[in-house]
Amino acid sequence: MLNKLLFTLLLVFTLPLAHAGEAVPTTDDPVLEKRVMAVADKLRCLVCQNQTIADSHAELAIDLKNQVREKLRQGQSEQQVLDYMVARYGDFVLFQPQVKSTTWLLWFGPFVFLGLGFVVLIAMLRKRRQLIQQAPGLSSEEHARAASLLAGTDK
Amino acid sequence: MNRFVLPLIIFFVLIIFLGVGLKLKPREVPSPLVGKMAPTFHLAQLHDASKTITPEELRGKVWLLNVWASWCVTCRQEHPLLVEMSRRNIVPIVGLNYKDKREDGVDWLQKLGNPYVLSAYDHEGTAGIDWGVYGVPETFVIDKAGIIRHKVIGAITPDVIQDKLIPLIKELNGA
Repeated sequence: MLNKLLFTLLLVFTLPLAHAGEAVPTTDDPVLEKRVMAVADKLRCLVCQNQTIADSHAELAIDLKNQVREKLRQGQSEQQVLDYMVARYGDFVLFQPQVKSTTWLLWFGPFVFLGLGFVVLIAMLRKRRQLIQQAPGLSSEEHARAASLLAGTDK
Repeated sequence: MNRFVLPLIIFFVLIIFLGVGLKLKPREVPSPLVGKMAPTFHLAQLHDASKTITPEELRGKVWLLNVWASWCVTCRQEHPLLVEMSRRNIVPIVGLNYKDKREDGVDWLQKLGNPYVLSAYDHEGTAGIDWGVYGVPETFVIDKAGIIRHKVIGAITPDVIQDKLIPLIKELNGA
């Protein structure tokens, strides 16, 4: 048991160290590479859809990273490269969805539901308070019985 | 009685959402290129590296661009259908050999039949990226004006040919 616990603790604390270094294609320009990774971090890999192309080792992701590098090297801005990708692969290629009319529900929906939850909660609390106020009081006989029950002298 | 109504409603709403969710195909990302001009490319031909091919050569015709590779298993599955389509002369099909070895591509067409009027060779996959290709096979329908009208993601099936491609091609040719 203790062994297991120690092992688990060891795992938990060493896990951050185990984060593997990502395969960074060799370029002699670390500044450019940093920009490439920044853009790649915003693009979804369409083969492995829950990864960015920065994380992914799929062949398409590597090709897209190369394409990003090429475009940035030609002097395009980060935004231009993102626009280029959206024009070809659609909005879905952006890992973080844009805020626009079609995505309002996605962005603000949770807050709407949270608000609705509060409304329901407040309504229920009010109703409960009313019920308590409306509840008839105990008669003196009932009081006496309750007291004896609490004291443990009943029966 | 009343306290069962709300959970029942919630249950049915959930069932409807899950049912719709089952029908969704998250792998099929709709292409924003449908309805837009087909991206151009200048690529060497698969069979003859000294000759090039560009989509402009096909302007004025309705044609298909089929993206394939010899390493792609699903392409093998749809290949007989493409051969059949070309035999029936339904529409000119242009092949885009994607990230393949030239010999492998040529070899495959020799063995399995060549449904393509022309084959482009995209070794680096750059034309593929321009066309928004993210998996092979993919098939585009391009109209006479050079606008992409439809994209099939994944293998073509007899149903897709019968229900989608042939009516669309007829319509585009008639116009």
